[in-house]
Amino acid sequence: MNHTLVEHASDSTPLADSSVKIAVRGLDFYYGDFQALADITCDIEDNAVTAFIGPSGCGKSTFLRCFNRMNDLIIGTKVEGLITLDGQDIYAPGIDPVDLRRRVGMIFQQPNPFPMTIYDNVAYGPRLHGMRKKADLDEVVETSLKRANLWKEVKDILGRGGLTLSGGQQQRLCIARVLAVQPDVLLMDEPCSAIDPTSVQKIEDLMAELKSSVTIIIVTHNMQQAARVSDETAFFLQEEMGQPAILVEFGRTADIFTSPKDKRTEDYITGRFG
Amino acid sequence: MKDMKRITNAIAIGAFWLAGLTTVFILGAVIVYVFVNGIGHISPAFIFTRPHGVNAEGGIWPMIVATLYVTGLAMVIVTPIAVLAAVYLAEYAVQGRLVRIIRFAADTLAGVPSIVMGLFGLALFVEGLGIGFSVLSGALALSFLMLPIVMRTTEEAIRAVPKYIRWGSYGLGATKWQTVSRIVLPSAMPRIITGLILATGRAVGETAVVIFTMGTMIFTPVLPTDPGRSMTVHLYQMAMEGINLPAAFGTALLLMVMILFFNLSARWLLRRNRRMQG
Repeated sequence: MNHTLVEHASDSTPLADSSVKIAVRGLDFYYGDFQALADITCDIEDNAVTAFIGPSGCGKSTFLRCFNRMNDLIIGTKVEGLITLDGQDIYAPGIDPVDLRRRVGMIFQQPNPFPMTIYDNVAYGPRLHGMRKKADLDEVVETSLKRANLWKEVKDILGRGGLTLSGGQQQRLCIARVLAVQPDVLLMDEPCSAIDPTSVQKIEDLMAELKSSVTIIIVTHNMQQAARVSDETAFFLQEEMGQPAILVEFGRTADIFTSPKDKRTEDYITGRFG
Repeated sequence: MKDMKRITNAIAIGAFWLAGLTTVFILGAVIVYVFVNGIGHISPAFIFTRPHGVNAEGGIWPMIVATLYVTGLAMVIVTPIAVLAAVYLAEYAVQGRLVRIIRFAADTLAGVPSIVMGLFGLALFVEGLGIGFSVLSGALALSFLMLPIVMRTTEEAIRAVPKYIRWGSYGLGATKWQTVSRIVLPSAMPRIITGLILATGRAVGETAVVIFTMGTMIFTPVLPTDPGRSMTVHLYQMAMEGINLPAAFGTALLLMVMILFFNLSARWLLRRNRRMQG
């Protein structure tokens, strides 16, 4: 994993703006020799939901995984450019990705509860970080499950295996599990694509409730969903096979969907490709 | 044309069915044969008393003790080494040449004829290290035989833990070791134990290795340095030297029951865990 600060790291908008949670400047990303993302610059607003949209394989998920340095786990990846969280460079030498991931939680496409009880799933994170007392853990588990709107359904079956829940409940369990370590940012990588419609509704409602305390970034293939849940939208596109993806347009969701500035954005949201 | 297809299909299905049935028939024949010949000899006295007399009448208690002792000790020796090696191979080692060599070595080791392993055990443990014919020598040599099996099944079990479950752990700020010890190993545990039980089943049935390393003396071992005679060796001598064929069948039946028990408990464990994980 290499990291290089590029020279244009300090240009354009100020990084100290308090409404900006994450700032990205001139980001390039490589899988080995293949460049997947080119020169991406954007600001992610604090306490808002930002949606990443674009055709399959256009690097949205790759970009998302840059924010918690999950790409570090893939051998041969390389990041160039700057990403700051609260003004701090997250690829700086002193930053431990393990600490970063506690602040920047992630929800995956496939609900992935651990093969243990519901209680232990939620308590996993706090225990990792040293919480031992039963009373403290009980409280965190209850609070987190309540925040994930799952408490009512599971409060009597906390000792049951997490994998016995339905797909939608599992995804909310995963959200509770992340909330238990109190992240500032929640990354959601197509969180609704593997679950049933009723549960999708619940998770979308949940996002609206959570954004007052957590900055949410969601990757989605579903444009109606992006329009429903997000405040800001970023449209990514890989124009040619083998070429890196670029950020075509980024702005208020209402503007992107009603009056896109770029022809390519308009073509995509009106369903002409993708 | 259409008829031809249907006939070919029928013939193919018939052939598969026959081949499958043959397997079941062979297994059934062996079990029935041993059962019919051995059941008359099984009694509490046969299991719990010592043999006596010139034709080794009486029971096989010392052999049962020696067999369980040597196998159990081998399991205790092999488990930590095999599991640690597998964790290293699956989780930590850079997947390159060295790992390929280790894996190839393990697979080849698994294919070494057990009598060769016995000879090696005789040279190294019994004589080289001077441990003598003993349960310990037998267990060490048996652990060589079990090591590649347990290591490879453990490695497969670790690899079978889905990637996205690991990501979930990393995503919460877990270190690699926390993820391996709290998520990966517990998730892989049922399959690891299954591999261990199956390897143990193989060790219980092993003859060549123990005859070279534990010896043939009828003795109820207490210390690891005591000699002993395994059930398989006893069976071999009863049968080949024509001393006591009924005792040989009785021993064979008990052995089969033990191995069946190992296999069934492995299956039970896997199934119980699958249910628990939902």
